[in-house]
Amino acid sequence: MENAVLMDEVCLTIPMDHDMELVAAKTGSVLAELNHFNEEQIEEIQYAIIETCINAFEHSQSEDRKVYIIYIRRADELECKITDNGVGFTPEDQHNSISQRQGIHSDMRKRGWGLEITKTLMDEFDIESGENGTTVSFIKKVTS
Amino acid sequence: MLNKFDIQIRAEQEYAVLETAGYLNDSLGEQLSKKAQELIEKGYTQLVINLDKTALINSIGISILIEIIEALDERNGTLNFCGLSATQERTFRMMAIAKYAGIFPDEKTAIANF
Repeated sequence: MENAVLMDEVCLTIPMDHDMELVAAKTGSVLAELNHFNEEQIEEIQYAIIETCINAFEHSQSEDRKVYIIYIRRADELECKITDNGVGFTPEDQHNSISQRQGIHSDMRKRGWGLEITKTLMDEFDIESGENGTTVSFIKKVTS
Repeated sequence: MLNKFDIQIRAEQEYAVLETAGYLNDSLGEQLSKKAQELIEKGYTQLVINLDKTALINSIGISILIEIIEALDERNGTLNFCGLSATQERTFRMMAIAKYAGIFPDEKTAIANF
């Protein structure tokens, strides 16, 4: 049944270099356009991809310094699976990282927003993380 | 898609506008912060950041915007943003930026609301 709605699967590997997240975002944007997402939804997809890639760049400590992205285009949605081969993280790691980045106003913290932004902008969101790396998956559904 | 960025400054007597073009990441953010600091040191406490020509911002860029808000806070100044896309505005509100800086649809309204 899943195969019936699968339209395309695109794989992309980017190095963890400056602005490479834009390559991933642009690819996502083209696929989203093909799926007739509206302009705002395409922007949301780009933001989710950018934030997830940056998180991997900054925190994964992966030795291969690469991020692997699979875009799965279905009739009514776009799924992105973004993987690094880094050290993984726990919710506690994330909490500690956020706590260290408070600014003058505690509710306007400077960093540690990436996953929260992605989660808010996407319809479905999941993280699998372990000692061999992290995969963040999210789905945006086409809505008129 | 190449990230060509630019910052235009329009300094008036009472306020200054910084207009960015390009992807607001750490590089553009640092340049913007430097220019904002220079204006603050000259005595400007009312700044507008116009993001109309900035299609994408990442959270590192936003963290630098927060530093500009904090620098102005220390001098009882005000930062107003304008030209945000719907997603940018949503993200700014999520990050509580709207509590400490103004968000307006266009430059004229942002200036009128100091």
